[in-house]
Amino acid sequence: MPNYAILHEKPECLYEDYERKSELHRQTHYCPGCGHGIVHKLLAEAITELGIQDRTILISPVGCSVFAYYYFDVGNVQVAHGRAAAVATAVKRAHPHSIVISYQGDGDLAAIGSAEILHCANRGENITTIFVNNAIYGMTGGQMAPTTLLGQKTTTSPTGRDFHHDGAPMKVGEMLSALDGPTYIERVSLGNVKQIMLARKAIRKALETQIAGLGFSLVEFLSPCPTIWKLDPVDAQKHVHDVMEKHYPLGVKCDRIAERTAPPEPAPMTPLTDLPRILRLPSTEPAPLHFSEEPLDWRIRVAGFGGQGVLLLGQLLAEAGMDAGLHVSWLPSYGPEMRSGTSNCHVRLCSSEIDSPVVSRPNALLALNEPSLRKFIATVEPGGVVIYNGDSIPADCSRHDLRIVAQPFAEIADSLGSAKALNIVMLGAFLSLSHALPDSPIESALKRLVKSERWLELDRRALAVGRERVPAEEFVHA
Amino acid sequence: MFIENANGDRGYVEINPEECKGCGLCVASCVPKVLHMADRLNHLGYHPAQYLGHGCNGCGLCFYTCPEPGALRVFKREAAAA
Repeated sequence: MPNYAILHEKPECLYEDYERKSELHRQTHYCPGCGHGIVHKLLAEAITELGIQDRTILISPVGCSVFAYYYFDVGNVQVAHGRAAAVATAVKRAHPHSIVISYQGDGDLAAIGSAEILHCANRGENITTIFVNNAIYGMTGGQMAPTTLLGQKTTTSPTGRDFHHDGAPMKVGEMLSALDGPTYIERVSLGNVKQIMLARKAIRKALETQIAGLGFSLVEFLSPCPTIWKLDPVDAQKHVHDVMEKHYPLGVKCDRIAERTAPPEPAPMTPLTDLPRILRLPSTEPAPLHFSEEPLDWRIRVAGFGGQGVLLLGQLLAEAGMDAGLHVSWLPSYGPEMRSGTSNCHVRLCSSEIDSPVVSRPNALLALNEPSLRKFIATVEPGGVVIYNGDSIPADCSRHDLRIVAQPFAEIADSLGSAKALNIVMLGAFLSLSHALPDSPIESALKRLVKSERWLELDRRALAVGRERVPAEEFVHA
Repeated sequence: MFIENANGDRGYVEINPEECKGCGLCVASCVPKVLHMADRLNHLGYHPAQYLGHGCNGCGLCFYTCPEPGALRVFKREAAAA
């Protein structure tokens, strides 16, 4: 009686039962004849046989393979459309000893995710990408993909893809191989059994590249999509071999395994306890709120032109507030311009927890120019403080229920050495008026945020002059 | 493992007819042509692949071409015990 041994069965790396649905829990959700099932099997077999199942993290994409995490018994992350390469980078860097496999289709990788994969490959991230190319958007019902063949009819190219209108099919393997970053890239096919067996080797080689720490590897699979191609599975497989392989030449696109070496072990993570030292935060406990027994809630809007130091002014207030033991928030809001354009920020300094960082009803407005004054003065709460960089408040926007100081702060700053110190003069004026914060946290915040000695010296003088120009007695905030 | 129906062939294929989606790729890949599609339908409404019952050489190609990871197992006859 001859005995028989199991030669091939479902790899251990795939779950025994798939829990996606209560019924059909023994089957994948893929259509009959779909290439994903074959790629899953090959990948699972390689993971199992290489003994890396317990340290593998699979990145599932958006596309038909979105549910890969229901099948692979490994660590899984399912990511936003096209971002698999970016997330894989993060996972690998956070867990350098894990084996990170990003599994993507051609809509995910070659269209919406083309930037991510390009830079990931160029950085030579030590991950493996499984790229399943069926030349069409399968999950969404058969629209043209960047990889769609010339002449191929899709719902969005009903007369066939036209080079003059739609460009040429994107050859991802060749494109990425033109970069110096990748270590190993091969295009394989599911067009017949022989090709499938070659694909099996390619997956293994790609994973071995990653295990050895040699950098980026990618295997591109030409894969059938019988349902969308409207072919029966056997004909779809033939179509891969007879048609797709003509347009997408198979083979190794780059192999730099021999010339690569594994980088040194990454440095151990910095202990969290070192962070205050690295960020130059004060090592002592925050100062107690000795300056105010009363509950405190400053809702400050700082506004001006980009380049006037609006954001820095707000940041100084927030940082100093933090050093003074207050709850603080700083929310910048500015246009794309580095100079000119409008710029403003919301700052909250609070003795209790902050519900929202948005300041829509400020009790202090620091307006660095006239447009900002006009824009925000109507929003200031009655009794609030307004500090305006200008000789006087324009008559048509004055209010009698506010405490307003208008002075030519830019000229004052200019006379100190630079009109750029305008923001700090105004900070001095505000602090003198409001008693919002004591001196020492302002000094520590200034030292932290102003790196240059020359500017620090100027800013200290600007702060003092601002205080002098607006004596505290003038107003006291309730 | 003793398999009653293996007839002493070099190999044996076991197909789970309820997992098979009837794509027919295994039939197309089978070198000794010992797989075919059953006349009956499974619970999904597909004609599942079926082993004719003899002639398998245990090459395993049907396993690698089958897109359903758990639908098909291939056995190989072990060398006769010494």
